[in-house]
Amino acid sequence: MAEENSNGKNGNRVGLLERVKAGVKEDVQSLKTDMPAKAKEQIEGLKDPTKTQVYTSIFRHKHDDTPRNRALGVLSNVFLHLHPAKINRDAVRYSYTWGMGGITFYLFIVLTFTGVLLMFYYHPSKVQAFRDVLYLEHDVPFGKLLRNMHRWAAHLMVIAVWLHMFRVFLTGSYKKPREFNWNIGVLLLVFTLLLSFTGYLLPDDQLGFWAVTVGTNMARATPMLGHEGPFGKAFHMTPYNDVRFGLLGGSIVDANALLRSYIWHCIGIPIVASVLMIVHFWRVRKDGGISGPAPVMLTEEADKPRRAV
Amino acid sequence: MDWHQLWEIASAPDNVPIVGMIPLLFFYIYLAWKQAKANDELIGELETNPAMAKTHHRKTWPFRPGWQKEVHVWPFLLRIEFLAAIIVTIVLMIWSITLYAPLEEPANPNLTMNPAKAPWYFLGLQEMLVYFDPWIAGVVMPTLIIIGLMVIPYIDTNPLGSGYYTWKQRKFAIGTFMFGFIVLWVAMIIIGTFIRGPGWQWFWPGQTWDHNRLIYEVNRDLPDLFGITSNLAKGIFGAIVVGGYFAAGGFLVHAFFRRYNPKDYKRMSLLQYSIMQFFLLTMVALPIKMALRLALHIKYVWITPWFNV
Ligand code: HEM
Repeated sequence: MAEENSNGKNGNRVGLLERVKAGVKEDVQSLKTDMPAKAKEQIEGLKDPTKTQVYTSIFRHKHDDTPRNRALGVLSNVFLHLHPAKINRDAVRYSYTWGMGGITFYLFIVLTFTGVLLMFYYHPSKVQAFRDVLYLEHDVPFGKLLRNMHRWAAHLMVIAVWLHMFRVFLTGSYKKPREFNWNIGVLLLVFTLLLSFTGYLLPDDQLGFWAVTVGTNMARATPMLGHEGPFGKAFHMTPYNDVRFGLLGGSIVDANALLRSYIWHCIGIPIVASVLMIVHFWRVRKDGGISGPAPVMLTEEADKPRRAV
Repeated sequence: MDWHQLWEIASAPDNVPIVGMIPLLFFYIYLAWKQAKANDELIGELETNPAMAKTHHRKTWPFRPGWQKEVHVWPFLLRIEFLAAIIVTIVLMIWSITLYAPLEEPANPNLTMNPAKAPWYFLGLQEMLVYFDPWIAGVVMPTLIIIGLMVIPYIDTNPLGSGYYTWKQRKFAIGTFMFGFIVLWVAMIIIGTFIRGPGWQWFWPGQTWDHNRLIYEVNRDLPDLFGITSNLAKGIFGAIVVGGYFAAGGFLVHAFFRRYNPKDYKRMSLLQYSIMQFFLLTMVALPIKMALRLALHIKYVWITPWFNV
């Protein structure tokens, strides 16, 4: 058609108009027929959301209840794949691990969550800090609950970590090949206590102030590095250059100590502890999963290689 | 009997976790003991019946041929973890709604708290301040605790009892750990919380805290008892006593250990054996020093110009 009309101006114009008309007609027609068809298809598609592109891009496998999918559900998830796909049938028994490692970790997550919320209301400076806590207690919606939860979760975490260590000891789970992971655990224990201790000062009240004073006064007596410790004088230690000064950023528990406490509590130690936890969990897997409940060994088998059960 | 005083201590918000920890600890010791007993019975049975030992699945949990040895993490483990998280959250919520976190007056360096207590999880170390100088109680002991925990997997050469609860196969290891954890750590915390009052004086539970009570205790040093006066002689005398303790105690431990733990003794290298001896004797020294102090009012055993023990 375009060839035919290209000779005359008039014909050209008519052709264009017709073409536009025809085109519009076609468009309208397509709206009428295609759109309902597409809509139908869309609605059909929604009946099974697991087939949508968005869904399949998020979940990498189907969720039918097959052994394969159960395993994939764990393995293809970055958080869950800390677990193996399958474990010893008795390892899920509460009476063996008491769930204490997991509870410790869960409390750490609760503490991170409530701790970040508390940080929104807290300034680590003298006078202001105490006022912020009062403000939290009396004016912030759920502020009191938030503060209580953070404090009690911290106490619970200390208890849980002790019980976890106790169970690991009683089940002999530090024995070959888990010696190294026990050591990571000891470091985690230390950092858990230090986390709790650095947080104690932050409300800047009498309780925290005197607890931290008592605690850090001991650092004065560090051999060689404290000004009251054995050989401290010989190393030219004074209240203004010893380890205690370094910990507190001053010779008394004051504004600098508050700031240092805050930074250790909210940034330094949590990062170190998180890294150690990652290593800890990684090693639990690499060392062959949790240690038991394992088949019992008889005394005469002690020095023989373990028989495969 | 001052019930009010007792209640005041037990219900101080920061002491509630300790009050809660005690029954929890009993419960878990019971749970561990129950499983240890069952396992020990099974071990005994299998040791007298070699035919059974060959075929038995060697756990106290039921198992039948044809049962799967492993279960899927999803759902069998994850549902437990999920449930545990929910239970912990509920407990924490209820606790946080019913009990308020403490907040004292703003920090005031001029107004000493009496008693000024460290956070409860460090009260064991604070209690040690009564019996030892701060450089020992505050610096050396925490260091030794951490190192001591860390060396456990490397000095415990007993391959038995890995991955199951047992008492019979690990009497020495479990006994030592229980002594350290329950007697030297938890019991000291309980003393620090419930018994130490103003001036860090000893008040029996139910005894009223008397802020004006003075105790005239004449503390002596061990060399004084023997009429030793010159500093040099005191130093030498103390070194002999402390050295003698380690030598005689070490010999005693040796005599018992090689008789009652012949297999462990044979397996251990010289280094492992010496480290074990050192930590064991240091641990046992604590109650000895406590007894010397509480019963005989002896402050120092070893006096030198640089440090006193
Ligand atoms: C922040 C502190 C800690 C966290 C979050 C943590 C977490 C965990 C978790 C989730 C497990 C898996 C088994 C279970 O739940 O019992 C585990 C195992 C283990 N933990 Fe910890 N743990 C911590 C501290 C410690 C401490 C203080 C020790 C020892 C001193 C320790 C030593 C071990 C060992 C040896 C295993 C392997 C146990 C086995 O195979 O049965 N952990 N930990």
